[in-house]
Amino acid sequence: MNLDFTPEEIAFQQEVRAFFAEKLTPDLRRANALTPSVFSDPDIFRRWQRILFERGWAASSWPVEFGGTGWSTAQQYIYEVENAIAGGPPLLPQGLRMVGPVIMKFGTQAQKDFYLPRILTGEDYWCQGYSEPGSGSDLASLKTRAVRDGDDYIINGSKIWTSHAQFANRMFALVRTAETPKKQDGISFILIDMDSPGISVRPILTIGGDHEVNQVFFDDVRVPIANLVGAEGQGWSYGKYLLEFERGGAMASGRLRSKLRKIEKLAATYRDGEQSLLDSPAISMRLSELEIDIDALEMSELRIMSSLQTGQNPGSVASSMAKLRNSELKQAVSRLAIDILGDDALIWEPRRPLYELDELSLLGEEALSVSAEYLNTRAYTIFGGTSEVQRDVIAKVVIGM
Amino acid sequence: MDLAYSDEQRMFADSANEVLTRRALKSDRQTLWSEMTELGWLALPIPEAYGGFGQGAADVGILTERFGRHLVVTQYVPALVLCGRLIASLATDAQKAALLPGLANGSLRLALAHAERGARHTLQHVTLSAVAEGTGWRLSGEKIAALGADEADRILVSARISGASRDARGIAVFVLEPGQTGLHLHRYATVDGASAAQLTLTDVHLPDSARLGAPGDEEGKAFAALEHAFDAAIAAWCAELLGLMEAATAATIDYTKVRVQFGKPLAANQVLRHRMADMSVHCEVARSMALRAALYVDHADLSQRARAVSGAWAKVIRAARSVTEEAIQMHGGMGVTDELNIGLFLKRVLALEAVVGGAEPHLRRHAAHSARSTATA
Repeated sequence: MNLDFTPEEIAFQQEVRAFFAEKLTPDLRRANALTPSVFSDPDIFRRWQRILFERGWAASSWPVEFGGTGWSTAQQYIYEVENAIAGGPPLLPQGLRMVGPVIMKFGTQAQKDFYLPRILTGEDYWCQGYSEPGSGSDLASLKTRAVRDGDDYIINGSKIWTSHAQFANRMFALVRTAETPKKQDGISFILIDMDSPGISVRPILTIGGDHEVNQVFFDDVRVPIANLVGAEGQGWSYGKYLLEFERGGAMASGRLRSKLRKIEKLAATYRDGEQSLLDSPAISMRLSELEIDIDALEMSELRIMSSLQTGQNPGSVASSMAKLRNSELKQAVSRLAIDILGDDALIWEPRRPLYELDELSLLGEEALSVSAEYLNTRAYTIFGGTSEVQRDVIAKVVIGM
Repeated sequence: MDLAYSDEQRMFADSANEVLTRRALKSDRQTLWSEMTELGWLALPIPEAYGGFGQGAADVGILTERFGRHLVVTQYVPALVLCGRLIASLATDAQKAALLPGLANGSLRLALAHAERGARHTLQHVTLSAVAEGTGWRLSGEKIAALGADEADRILVSARISGASRDARGIAVFVLEPGQTGLHLHRYATVDGASAAQLTLTDVHLPDSARLGAPGDEEGKAFAALEHAFDAAIAAWCAELLGLMEAATAATIDYTKVRVQFGKPLAANQVLRHRMADMSVHCEVARSMALRAALYVDHADLSQRARAVSGAWAKVIRAARSVTEEAIQMHGGMGVTDELNIGLFLKRVLALEAVVGGAEPHLRRHAAHSARSTATA
């Protein structure tokens, strides 16, 4: 048993580090640091994805046959951690980590040939059509209907909490194709062009002041049957497969660690009397608590990685536990940041994007995104299956009834 | 990177499980010690040169995790890990040869008396004094919470030979015999069903050979050895708590599945299901942290070791308190009786928390080793 990387892995780490040092420009780093929303803005992640694509690194978790890196789990881990430390903007997961793996596993050859390369280059911009106004945690109760008409489905209904629907040109969606006794059996997984006639998008502003999510309406939208993924009525199982990727996130500790380093810098800019807040015993203890929590999450991630490497299944509760702990930690970290602001938490900066503000704000650079980020981070324990749903999943497995 | 057990480790874990499952029905501590001797468990962490198998923290953790799972309360960690490590890193070759083989073959029971009233888990707090007298030493002072000192053949006692009460330098460790003139042992039962002692030393005269180490040793060496031995013990106890938490969680799940109220099993209620899910998450975190502590126990960098071990303890001890208290709650009235062993889980957690400290002193230690000060920023 050991925590050491092999000489090859260390060489790889140095290669990745050198690449980030050269290609990750200060403005991209700053844009990432001053992004208070869950996802990066399009012009930011697209620029970064283009750079990574040219290096062949856009899809770190994809196999080589689909244009991915073919990296081992250890390499993927090293890459994610180095990316987080360097402050690289996260790429949008909807294409690369969600619909991509589903198309690879369940899609037709034509779907693979058409969609996968366009995800890789960033040419296609995907959004996720899962939740509906009446179907949140009870996702299987979804009512958006797809009815066959010749070679098409005609889709009517509405999706909500659709991140970046205002930018996306494609949506993968779960729709109801049949009324079945077991509601999961009537659900299908379908790919929709966002410029299809009959689609409209209504923006929803979040409490953090960002326009990230939307409600999408479908009014007699025609979608070719060829856009169905896999078999009709099997969408629920594909959706669950995808959710494991969404929840797993698997390698989140690097990003959390990098946030904590940012908070230390923030604390160093505030004073309590003559003392820097960084030297205050109370703040110091909270920083230690979070550091330890991140160590624990990292160790769980490494254990999962180690078991994957030896071909073992890490277990079905692992992704729910990872989602639960990662989301709670994200919130704990952002809570410490806003507590450090003290009186400055009163200041509200409504302008976006923050990284393009050219005049000085009342808040310093380190403090600028803290309040909005704290507020937006409330969503982490809600999206991708609430913490309560994750506990249901864990309980079902550990209790066995 | 390889975090999987080797085949040997898996076999060791299985056989330990088997043995402890069989003997969980008995309660006699003396035969347990001789059984552990026969199984070679006592020899496990002792260096090979002195009759042991020289195995590391991960292997000790495999064993202590199973102690926890089967609620086997022993002085294994104080004797083999605390005393064994302390002697291995501090003693002269002659002293090692006199003490370690006996420790490994079960013929010599050892205990450590280090904690003092007012130390509150500050490890360098030592006021029991050792004054040089002729060619030897005169020791006076008190020690508390010395696990297993009541049944030990020799007791290792830390003492101050110079400096102020919380200086890391100026500490020495002496080997005492229980019958020593001037030594009074106050034996008592511990909350977890084992036993310990408080020691009062009044002008105990010892030759210089009773001091672990050579006369020329660097002044901070004894403290460094004590700190390292405690880190190894904490890692072993993290694994014990892990095993204990998993057992308490499993017992709670089993119980709530068969206990019917309002016409359905307790385990059908979401409010309980979520709390049992949280208990499972605590177990998962404890597994990661116990392993992390074991892998860092012998890390060359003191600060990294201290952060990993104290960080693990802070996390695991809180999780263990939470899980064992929840186990009692979900067993209802039966949980607070002596008729089930559910209360024993909590009692063992209390005992270990009393000896090692709760999360707070370990968070302080973690922070102190984090070098975040603005002095350099």
